[in-house]
Amino acid sequence: MNNTLSTSLGKSTSSKTIRLPDFSGPHLAKRYASERRFRILGISSVGAAGIILLILLSSIVSKGYSAFWLHKVELNITFSSEVLNPDGGAVEEVKLKEANYLALIHNALKQKFPAAIGNRCKIRMLYGIISPKADLVLRNMVLSNPSLVGTTKTVSLKLSDDLDNLSKGFINRDLPESDRRVKDLQIDWYDQLKSEGHIHSVFNTDFFTTGDSRDPEEAGIYSALIGSILTLTITLLISFPVGVMAAVYLEEFAPNNRFIDFIEVNINNLAAVPSIVFGLLGLAVFLNFFGLPRSAPLVGGLVLALMTLPTIIIAARSALKAVSPSIREAALGLGASPLQVVTHHVLPMAMPGILTGTIIGMAQALGETAPLLMIGMVAFIVDIPQTFTDPATVMSIQVYIWADSPERAFVERTSAGIMVLLSFLVLMNAVAILLRKRFERRC
Amino acid sequence: MSLSFTKLAIIIGLFFIAMTARVEARDQIRIVGSSTVFPFAALVAENFGKRTDFRTPVIESTGSGAGIKLFCQGIGVKYPDITNSSREIKKTEVALCAKNGVREITEIKIGFDGIILANSKQAKIFNLSYKDIFLALAKKIPFNGKLVANPYTKWSQINAYLPDIKIEVLGPAPTSGTRDAFVEQVMKTGAKKLEFLNKLSNYDQSKFKQIFASMREDGKFIEVGENDNLIIQKLESNPSAIGIFGFSFLEQNTDKIHGSLIEGIPPTFDSIANGSYPIARSLFLYIKNHHIDLIPGIKEYVAEFISDEAVGEEGYLTINGLIPLPELERNQVLDRWFKIIDSSIYSVES
Repeated sequence: MNNTLSTSLGKSTSSKTIRLPDFSGPHLAKRYASERRFRILGISSVGAAGIILLILLSSIVSKGYSAFWLHKVELNITFSSEVLNPDGGAVEEVKLKEANYLALIHNALKQKFPAAIGNRCKIRMLYGIISPKADLVLRNMVLSNPSLVGTTKTVSLKLSDDLDNLSKGFINRDLPESDRRVKDLQIDWYDQLKSEGHIHSVFNTDFFTTGDSRDPEEAGIYSALIGSILTLTITLLISFPVGVMAAVYLEEFAPNNRFIDFIEVNINNLAAVPSIVFGLLGLAVFLNFFGLPRSAPLVGGLVLALMTLPTIIIAARSALKAVSPSIREAALGLGASPLQVVTHHVLPMAMPGILTGTIIGMAQALGETAPLLMIGMVAFIVDIPQTFTDPATVMSIQVYIWADSPERAFVERTSAGIMVLLSFLVLMNAVAILLRKRFERRC
Repeated sequence: MSLSFTKLAIIIGLFFIAMTARVEARDQIRIVGSSTVFPFAALVAENFGKRTDFRTPVIESTGSGAGIKLFCQGIGVKYPDITNSSREIKKTEVALCAKNGVREITEIKIGFDGIILANSKQAKIFNLSYKDIFLALAKKIPFNGKLVANPYTKWSQINAYLPDIKIEVLGPAPTSGTRDAFVEQVMKTGAKKLEFLNKLSNYDQSKFKQIFASMREDGKFIEVGENDNLIIQKLESNPSAIGIFGFSFLEQNTDKIHGSLIEGIPPTFDSIANGSYPIARSLFLYIKNHHIDLIPGIKEYVAEFISDEAVGEEGYLTINGLIPLPELERNQVLDRWFKIIDSSIYSVES
């Protein structure tokens, strides 16, 4: 063994070959070619990622853009006092609240298309033109202005989801009638209304101002958006300070021993734990042990904070590591305390990196549904959540609930919901980038 | 920097105060349970919230089994008031409820749901018998007096009347109530049509159950989570596939798919309502009697669910695909509910 080693060493020293770069023509051409190949490979992989993203976005936008519009029909509504105040006497708010506003719409429709009267099947089709929640519009009108009782007014009401799909061209008129959701008679009525100029396309403001609904034309993303904001606020408030503190301690102050190594390994492992596990943990700890309410953004935020923590700690630690030791030494040399070194110099310089890690963690949390399933946030929520303990859902779950609904008109709302979710994500990233720029300028 | 740390500390402090100061009372009904009942319950809840002064109930779609489990955890504002179920509550579940102090539960039957086997309109309508379905989908089938792994790859091999296309069925996962009902009503009946298995069922129930409840795992039966819209999309792009799902999804997609005839009977609203279409199951609400006085609105919510406006002939649930109870039975359910909420002593159910 010893012998062979010495001989091989002896050989290499004795031959004294010096390797010089080979500048011969063919060799150089080969090197350039391999350089080009590598670049082409790189560009094509960037291109492939870009194309996939483009396909994804264009399929979402092309399916979803139509959800931002819907169609309304103008009807002459007679706010007859026989319907609204059948017992006679003074017009009171209690009576107006209980009144049958649907009958007003039905009367107006019957007046417009008298041919349907007398045939139950036709009447049912006729009533199906208008959104089943349209009477609430009339109710609100009358409750805010009781003097309307007894007058006639032209009111724009939403078409039902099937008719809205017809006017958006999603329903194939050439199919046999039995295969269509919209029947021949309804198409005739629609065409008549359309030719008389009673049907208008309007911006779907309700989509941005209301909560979920089982009627697609009434459904909105607003309550889920508020739910997402409340949940992510909690997540940020918990995970950012805790994550940064943990990273600073581990990186700047922690002694170098086995216990700290053990903690580090665990944090790295935690980042790879499937998110549903955090949901189970949330169910066991926050709901069952602490007795916090189900479906609350508070609990959702706590669970997501646990999930985001490892991401932030790991990112913050590498950002702190990247701060040059000369800065620390210079500050210490000038008499700064270790705390001052960290808060005045190291942390501000590491902030851009920490913010990048935070935004990655928050973006992950924004799209997460699995852990929220266990704590009851996959729920039908109509009311807009007001506080951190009100029942709420988040946008990704709202998209999931719509994707799972049978009504055809929810298909476009699903895509529209994804668009809102993505815009929110872009906005969140923009804020983080702005903050990062500010920190970068300061140092 | 030190200033912002102080601010942060104050915010966190305030947040924990808010956390401890949460209100114990609840003025909103909480509902859990079946994903089949979920769309109907959500419709009722929305109407209830928008047309009365009560807050809109919160409904979680957890699946029947998980819903009952949550429901049975105890009495008090922490626990749900109502659970939706696409099957009857089991004896073991009633026992679990009783153990946790939930001794009085009211069962309200709200209607039926048909289970549909449908395929794309580009292909012909299937006419399937129980036996055909069992032979196509069971993991093991009897052959020459022995159980063998299912050898069929095409429908025409099972029955000469069936088309010459490969077997490909998209169905619900075992966690779903639809799967339970399908296995219980179709696979079991189909297995009994075969003499060998019928004999087996007479002397070895557990072996029999194991055979009819095991679906093929060789790619002919494909489990597709709980998302029925996904199944419909796949049927559209693959005309040789059949999907298994609830009736309301067929109603909404009549331009793309058609339901197979089962034992010669087409799945229509009327055939399911009058019971001639064979694969249907009942849908239920289970209500905690102790909560009726605890949470405002439960009486009114349940009354709305079984009212004429909801499940009458032209009710909004009926229009959305719920198959209502026959008039007589519905009136009985309604009467019983009013009796329960009128009397201070609640009736004890099963």
